[in-house]
Amino acid sequence: MNTQSDSVESPLQSTEGTPAHISPAQRMYWSVRRELWESRSIYIAPLAAAALFLLGFLISMIHMPEKVHAAMALDPMQQQEFIQRPFNFAALLIMGATFLVSIFYCLDALHGERRDRSILFWKSLPVSDLTTVLAKASIPLFLLPVVTFAITVAMQCIMLLIGAAAVVGSGVNAATLWSQLGLFQMWLMLFFHLLAIHGLWYAPFYGWLLLVSGWARRAALLWASLPLFAIGIVEKIAFNTSHFSALLGYRFGGPDSGPSPSPGSMSMGYLTPLTVEKFLISPGLWIGLAVTAAFLAAAVRLRRCQAPI
Amino acid sequence: MTVIEARGLRKSFGTTVALDGINLRVEEGRILGLIGPNGAGKTTALNAILGLTPYQGELRVLGLDPWTDRDRLMCDVSFIADVAVLPRWIKVTQALDYVAGVHPRFDRAKAEAFLARTSIRLTSRVRELSKGMVTQLHLALVMAIDARLLVLDEPTLGLDILYRKQFYDSLLNDYYDRSRTIILTTHQVEEIQHVLTDVMFINRGRIAFACSMEEFESRYVELTVNPERLAAARALRPIQERQIFGRSILLFDLQPGGVDRPQLIALGEVRTPGIADLFVAILGDKPGDGPRNQATSVQGATL
Repeated sequence: MNTQSDSVESPLQSTEGTPAHISPAQRMYWSVRRELWESRSIYIAPLAAAALFLLGFLISMIHMPEKVHAAMALDPMQQQEFIQRPFNFAALLIMGATFLVSIFYCLDALHGERRDRSILFWKSLPVSDLTTVLAKASIPLFLLPVVTFAITVAMQCIMLLIGAAAVVGSGVNAATLWSQLGLFQMWLMLFFHLLAIHGLWYAPFYGWLLLVSGWARRAALLWASLPLFAIGIVEKIAFNTSHFSALLGYRFGGPDSGPSPSPGSMSMGYLTPLTVEKFLISPGLWIGLAVTAAFLAAAVRLRRCQAPI
Repeated sequence: MTVIEARGLRKSFGTTVALDGINLRVEEGRILGLIGPNGAGKTTALNAILGLTPYQGELRVLGLDPWTDRDRLMCDVSFIADVAVLPRWIKVTQALDYVAGVHPRFDRAKAEAFLARTSIRLTSRVRELSKGMVTQLHLALVMAIDARLLVLDEPTLGLDILYRKQFYDSLLNDYYDRSRTIILTTHQVEEIQHVLTDVMFINRGRIAFACSMEEFESRYVELTVNPERLAAARALRPIQERQIFGRSILLFDLQPGGVDRPQLIALGEVRTPGIADLFVAILGDKPGDGPRNQATSVQGATL
């Protein structure tokens, strides 16, 4: 039987090196697609939120003509505020939905595959742990902000059409609506806010959640949140300071929230005229990204070593 | 060429020693059955070979260190860990897409042709398939990969006899050629006896016995004797004895210079024993008696 090995020696040697007709980018692409197949909530949850909102918006249109007439009496600033309000609210709603999706996605990303033992299938394929973890991290860091943006834009377009139809029926000038909205400016700021804040600025949160999901055997949500509370409480008792909770608040509130936490700044964050430059040179961003890289590196190591649960 | 080479392979979990210095050499084209009781270290050994667990000692699989080179190794190695590892949410087409997307040696047409012979629909999700169908799907994926080493850890666990038979038939007829190497573990030892070229018993993290099936067949003989000849047969020092329907079945190890086949034929019916019977003889739980000494004498044998 061993004589067989001679006859197969040559074809083996020709394939001895890496038979890499598949580039790392392709492996990354398929790994991301796999995440989308597995976690359909990535797009279903914000779409459902959008559908619900649109339904409510449509119903509210019944009283639109009277409201518009009342609004015409207001001064221009208040008028603009009145027109923009539902559009802002729509954007915030989708943002909130996708932020929740990010949290639960991250908590399950490296936990679910160990729980159902499918990690043994994934690991039977030539995809490195690094590729897998990066693909998973790219969902909250990049993909969800883009999904949020796309859904918000589509939703606001539909709202504009509905609104225009309603005011045309009432005989009010539809051009006012459009000019007051300034949708393009709004979209530009939204896009920047999503990528910068929801993607990059919050990256350490996602990194931490992914790390916990790769480490915890159960109750990943508790393991992700309790240590943070514990550190804050211990610090308060031991030193009577609250630097750690201030740090978390600053991280959560966004780069403009300053060293002290200011609740609510996140919710209105996307209206803050952040300049790209100011954001990119802020040390908070780069420290956060370094921390994220450390968390992800730890997650890669864990995935490499850990057996299914 | 050598596919797997291990020297002094060790692995412990806390104070539990899972692998206690294993030496192993598997040549290309072999089908090796790794047989052992639960907790013997089979899966740990396979996990080390597949780069799923760190280990001490020396281990080369296809010339690579599995722990540091797992992703590269997986281009040439496929494995089925056990029946239930395909993610339940995946659709059959998605599984095909994904493997085709990441594996340079996956032949999608081959996998689809295999699936066409089953009742699996391409639009089904894994959770909708029966256990047997999930195994068929996994086998279809694995067989379409032009790998040099295939590792199967209890691949037919929980399947009925028809699926099990079909599984090994497909493996032998549609997949195996002599440039491929297969390692498999199972508790249904009798069913794979005809499939194997080599057999290895592993117990308490050590290799208790290893030989090729050719050697196995020429060396071990099972003799069925009637009571009146039992004393004469016992005098030839069988390594194991058991009773079935009032007749005694004695297992002999035909060592050079010891008892030979014609002597046994004179005493009763002679046939090749099942691997399971030899397994019981070698790893039977009677400490200190003949069979156990036998086990230590062949310990560390290589293939």
